[in-house]
Amino acid sequence: MNEDRITEKLNILADAAKYDVSCASSGSERKNKDKGLGNASNGICHSYTEDGRCVSLLKILLTNHCIFDCAYCVSRKNNDIKRAAFTVQEVVDLTINFYRRNYIEGLFLSSGIFKDADYTMERLVHVAKKLRTEHNFNGYIHLKSIPGASVELMREAGLYADRLSVNLEMPTEAGLKLLAPDKNRQDMIDPMHFLNKEIIRNTEEKKLFKNAPMFAPAGQSTQVIVGATSESDQQVLQSANYFYRNFNLKRVYYSGYVPVLADKRLPALNTTVPLVRENRLYQADWLMRFYGFHVNEIVNSQNPLLDLDIDPKLSWAIRNMQAFPIDINKADLQLILRVPGIGLLSAQKIVAARKFSGLGWEQLKKIGVAINRARYFITCKSNEFERRDLTGQNIKQFIMAQSQSKYIQNTQTQLKLF
Amino acid sequence: MTMNTLIYDGTFEGLLTAVFEIYERKLYPVKLLKGEWRNSALFEEVIPIVTNEVRVNRVLRGLRKKLSAAGVQRLYISHMAEIAGEDCNVLGFIRHVFDSDQNIEEDYSNKYVMRLSEILKMVRREKHRMEAFVRFQKLNDGTFYAAIEPDFNVLPLLTKHFKSRYADQKWMIYDIKRKYGLYYDLHDTQFIEMGFDEMHKPVDVIAAYSEDECVYQNLWKNYFNSVNIVSRKNTRLHVRHIPRRYWRHLTEKI
Repeated sequence: MNEDRITEKLNILADAAKYDVSCASSGSERKNKDKGLGNASNGICHSYTEDGRCVSLLKILLTNHCIFDCAYCVSRKNNDIKRAAFTVQEVVDLTINFYRRNYIEGLFLSSGIFKDADYTMERLVHVAKKLRTEHNFNGYIHLKSIPGASVELMREAGLYADRLSVNLEMPTEAGLKLLAPDKNRQDMIDPMHFLNKEIIRNTEEKKLFKNAPMFAPAGQSTQVIVGATSESDQQVLQSANYFYRNFNLKRVYYSGYVPVLADKRLPALNTTVPLVRENRLYQADWLMRFYGFHVNEIVNSQNPLLDLDIDPKLSWAIRNMQAFPIDINKADLQLILRVPGIGLLSAQKIVAARKFSGLGWEQLKKIGVAINRARYFITCKSNEFERRDLTGQNIKQFIMAQSQSKYIQNTQTQLKLF
Repeated sequence: MTMNTLIYDGTFEGLLTAVFEIYERKLYPVKLLKGEWRNSALFEEVIPIVTNEVRVNRVLRGLRKKLSAAGVQRLYISHMAEIAGEDCNVLGFIRHVFDSDQNIEEDYSNKYVMRLSEILKMVRREKHRMEAFVRFQKLNDGTFYAAIEPDFNVLPLLTKHFKSRYADQKWMIYDIKRKYGLYYDLHDTQFIEMGFDEMHKPVDVIAAYSEDECVYQNLWKNYFNSVNIVSRKNTRLHVRHIPRRYWRHLTEKI
């Protein structure tokens, strides 16, 4: 092995892959087979980069040669950068050796498009096949499905990979047309349709035949870039909601645009990454998936943008004061989940613990409720509760006066730097 | 009321024997100490507890009647983690179990139930961190070796995960703090103790690395640096995810 050459390739191809945010390695229940290597289960973050993102998978491109010219992408055809390409065997060796040392949960392999979609996809599938069949590797494999690749290749990919994903790139079709004129949204949606159908069919099959082969057991996900074009949060979240509902996606990732190129269609190179917005989008995404909120409750035509000062749940609560206060010792779990300052686990604990005795402030605090926020919205076994008739705006001011957002602090220090 | 001080051997069985003693002799209030009993003037009333299998089983049967199987398991783990000063809370939990008519596992407004759930959360996090932060190094004989220094005694909890994952390689995870390790020989795992200090000087250990070990360590460090996005730097978040005390065993942070 030529160490220097591999190192150089790894640097180039890891660097080019890092803007793909997905690093999930959970959701697949692949077991260790015949005393082979590895298994995929709950998902483990083995390390964290200095920007605080999790490192769970070896995330690399097979190559950064690309025939497309998408404005937001570092690997675009007309960008003057170093190009490199791994051989199939090199990727396999890296994966196995990193995995054996407990550095990673598995492989996330993507690629620039060289020659055509099928030619590229074939090589991605080849890596996965080699890992599974020659090395009895049962760790996690996430493959990018290349838009436009043949149905046969997609099906084969699903047999070896745990997760497949197609990046939508831009939240709306118009955004995509503007920045990636070579790409066609329908080409991205077609494989998602196909995979969704196959996954459903496979689930049915599994019910009948236990030994039916697994097909992408961790499902599919996608990613949209936010802040590169002018979409509102309402458009972003509604598009996410559409894909959750119609394609059974496991996750939609929101990637705050990192300025990589000077282009008049894009935000200037010195723009800061929209970290707060990205965070608020993820919070809203969680509200939709775990807290029983409908997308229209979070963003709508009156409120097309998420509030950057406060989280979306608090933001919803102060717009809907008529729903409060609720009695923590009586209300349904679904209602408790809607209280700002009460998370999923705390809500479940409340419902379990109140069977034994009525809960007061002290107990709620111990259970993990953020009282400074929740106190305006609940009553409990105590004579103390918020008696003033406060408006939503009042509450927002009180809460913001008490708490210092870590993000606001962050942007301030960033401003000082420039 | 005088304080009754009980001293036991630190094992879970010892703890259960102590519980038996407390109920049998109606001791209250009690203080539980770990260690060997020495005739010391410091303690006026010290009751040494000798672990007794019959009593252990009686208490265990009682616990199983009043708790779910998972509840007993959680209790066991909370004690095994060996967190200093928590014995009184574990004991308090057991008393609450026996003093109530119903299963109190989810009675989170009780301080002992809440504390046990906190302990468990800490232990599970530590276990999960170890599953993430173990960094194996390949030795000449093909064994993959890793050293750890977890805050709590979590090595026994790691057996299942590593055994089912690394089934086709020999490996050893060694807890430097508690001076014992877990070794897998391709068939089964066993706990072992080694006299590392004298027999293997650090130099020998480095000489024992396999040829390509250094190559892959460097590749991993390179990878770790390449995936960082400088314009999103967030040191606070980084350190919250990987507290500094873990760095010395992380290849990418050395």
